[in-house]
Amino acid sequence: MSLRLTIVSQIERVAREQRKTIAPLADDLPLLDSGLDSLCFAILVARLEDEVGVDPFSASPEAGFPITFGEFVKFYENAVA
Amino acid sequence: MPSPEPVALIDLARRGDKAARDLATADGALRFSDFATATALGGAREKLAGRSVLLLAGDSLKTAAALIELDGVARRLVLCPPDLRDNLIGEVAAIAEADAVVHGGEEPPGLDGAIAAHCRLPLQPAPTTPLPRLATEWLLLTSGTTGVPKLVSHDLATLTGAFAGGPSGEIQNWATFYDIRRYGGLQILLRAVAGFGSLTLTSAGEPIDDFIDRAIARSVTHISGTPSHWRRVLMSRAAARFKPAYVRLSGEIADAAILGALKDLFPQARIAHAYASTEAGVGFEVNDGEPGFPASYLGERDNGVAMKIEDGSLRIRSPRAARRYIGRNMPDLRDKDGFIDTGDMIERRGERCYFVGRRGGVINVGGAKVHPEEVEAVINRQAGVRMSLVKARRNPIAGALVVADVVLESAAPREEAIREAILAACRAELAPYKAPAIIRFVPNLAMTPAGKLARDG
Repeated sequence: MSLRLTIVSQIERVAREQRKTIAPLADDLPLLDSGLDSLCFAILVARLEDEVGVDPFSASPEAGFPITFGEFVKFYENAVA
Repeated sequence: MPSPEPVALIDLARRGDKAARDLATADGALRFSDFATATALGGAREKLAGRSVLLLAGDSLKTAAALIELDGVARRLVLCPPDLRDNLIGEVAAIAEADAVVHGGEEPPGLDGAIAAHCRLPLQPAPTTPLPRLATEWLLLTSGTTGVPKLVSHDLATLTGAFAGGPSGEIQNWATFYDIRRYGGLQILLRAVAGFGSLTLTSAGEPIDDFIDRAIARSVTHISGTPSHWRRVLMSRAAARFKPAYVRLSGEIADAAILGALKDLFPQARIAHAYASTEAGVGFEVNDGEPGFPASYLGERDNGVAMKIEDGSLRIRSPRAARRYIGRNMPDLRDKDGFIDTGDMIERRGERCYFVGRRGGVINVGGAKVHPEEVEAVINRQAGVRMSLVKARRNPIAGALVVADVVLESAAPREEAIREAILAACRAELAPYKAPAIIRFVPNLAMTPAGKLARDG
């Protein structure tokens, strides 16, 4: 599965578990408008760390935080590369 | 010789440029100067004089109005946090010997012998009757305990001790992500009122970009929140437009990543992280941009605060600390030398001290505290579960998450069904942040020689 698909499926799973309705995951979607709250993001980052083996938020604190969904995917793609 | 009248919050609110100072949420605003000729309490202020008053005003603005009107008037003000469960209100009222309730219009809790007063906004014009000035006792509820919260006694002097003698004249327009009904948020309310400035507060459910935009529009200079709040700001679009002079973090461990990210986002700002607790008051502030605090802070400091590390935890003796716990059979707040044990564990590396977590393994999820035992109790009740260990997992967004290791009975149904059952039960019985984010099934869990579950640290 591509990294993007992994991220999408984890987002959908977290949203389902936390009873959140999420917006369509377009690249320009601001993360804060995605429907996920802080707790959802926290869980998402932990699950992705288990699944893809990286946590770019902890690994590169100097990197800018992603603001859109597209940047979030890129953030992970860069960390895995 | 008569002793001077105690200073009350209303005196601080009247200082400075009266017309311009206010407190605002997304829902409305309170002008400090209006209290000279108007009231939120109808005619009830006189009836509340000298009483122990439970504040259940319903929102931040009404709570602030009641505080401003009743400090110096009531005998006690009991600041109830928004998540105080209904079934605990009676017990809190009994401990506080409350004989009055200020409510926001909802059905007030029926408390024996207590009078009820309705706090209404906007303020209504009313003549202000001078009332005898009292040194009001402020009771705050501690967070992080299971069952009935502890009631901690403060007064305006202990609550404003960290800044009352500070530089005057500098106008501090504050904003905070905190709720003013807890110690951290109350500190910011008092800083704003004492600092000649205004205060901008979030409303429930307000998007973070909207809050930042309101802060910009209201010329906020000083802003405070937990590291988790700030991690959320880093993901907002409005943050790049915001130019605060002072950014403060407290309530959780501030790590190098968040301090560095805020320095990059707000290059013009002074970034400070502070240590405070409801019991010990404001301990200290760190301004060098680094996590932890200098070991030189230990010992006696010239601001009257003394700190030491004993059995691994930070101990503070301070004039800003609470006076005592309220209620019968309460433990002493202080040791024989006057120090309060914060329960925050410290590791000293060279000339720097670092926070490593809470004694007893309380998990701090984005500033909300979780006792592992309460989550384990829910998990362990599920069919097929033998035992469980709930622990923290470090997380860059929330600071920590709750995760669970679960041992199944040998004849248990399949794992996926149990996982669903555990999550459903946790969601039904616990706040969302307390439900384990990740559940692992393990063959066994380590025990101590005393037969207790072995917990890290």
